[in-house]
Amino acid sequence: MKAKIIITPKKAVVDPQGKTVQGALEHMGYTGVGTVRVGKYLEIELSGNDQAAARQQLDDACRKFLSNPVIEDYKLELEP
Amino acid sequence: MNIAVLQFPASNCDQDAIHVIRLLGHHSYYVWHKDGGLGNPDAVIVPGGFSYGDYLRCGAIARFSPVMQAVKRFADDGGLVLGICNGFQILCEAGLLPGALVRNRDLQFHCEHVFLKTLNSETPFTNKIPVGKTLRVPIAHGEGCYFADEATLDGLFANHQVLWQYCDVNGSLTETAIPNGSLRGIAGICNERRNVAGLMPHPERASEEILGSTDGRLIFESVFAALQNKATARAA
Repeated sequence: MKAKIIITPKKAVVDPQGKTVQGALEHMGYTGVGTVRVGKYLEIELSGNDQAAARQQLDDACRKFLSNPVIEDYKLELEP
Repeated sequence: MNIAVLQFPASNCDQDAIHVIRLLGHHSYYVWHKDGGLGNPDAVIVPGGFSYGDYLRCGAIARFSPVMQAVKRFADDGGLVLGICNGFQILCEAGLLPGALVRNRDLQFHCEHVFLKTLNSETPFTNKIPVGKTLRVPIAHGEGCYFADEATLDGLFANHQVLWQYCDVNGSLTETAIPNGSLRGIAGICNERRNVAGLMPHPERASEEILGSTDGRLIFESVFAALQNKATARAA
């Protein structure tokens, strides 16, 4: 199995990287560009095939370690 | 007094902290991050640096080092813990202090002297700072923008847990005096119990004339005075 985790700054947290990227996209002439948020992407290889157990473990790891709930949200996807 | 200074891989202000403590006539020693105990210190300093290369988030990995369990127990027992720069980030990640430090608003690493206003002089970390004195202390960080939700920020101010705010040379709180975008200009805070504090500026780099400022000494001297008071109270 493989886990894919996307971590993004919470809406309430100002994201200067995202703002800078947004500005650069506009400057380059790309139209219709809205808010950009820059986050992190993790791929984790997992042994075993118990998806429910893996999800439970990774949710725990995301809350405790991989993301900081004070400033970040995360999205977890599992692939067989 | 005997002060433990933690060492993580890529701590780089540990020696400065040790140096200043000894300069002020006290004892200090290193505690490696893999140690499960702290020895028997009177206080603990979590120094600045880039523990674990700031991987994932600043302080995110260091907080799980074995020594941090000992720091938590020490703090739970009422021991004084001071986190400087990366040490502040680690204490926030560990949940010993509220909030988090995020990327500076302008994305720049700031290495410069700043001015600090002390908001509460009745804590173990500030008792030697004369009321109204503006401290001149350097910062050196890329991720020192203090963030907490509005309710937490309100609570910090209501409980007088905000120890230092960035100010200008006259002690005025202005937007331009905030080097990193910190919410409400917060440079340093303490916990509700007032035995754990953290700040982004480096008092250990402002404790000798040759370094251009000795204002940082006041923070260390506050800690020593608080420890002395505690020792006197215990003996009485």
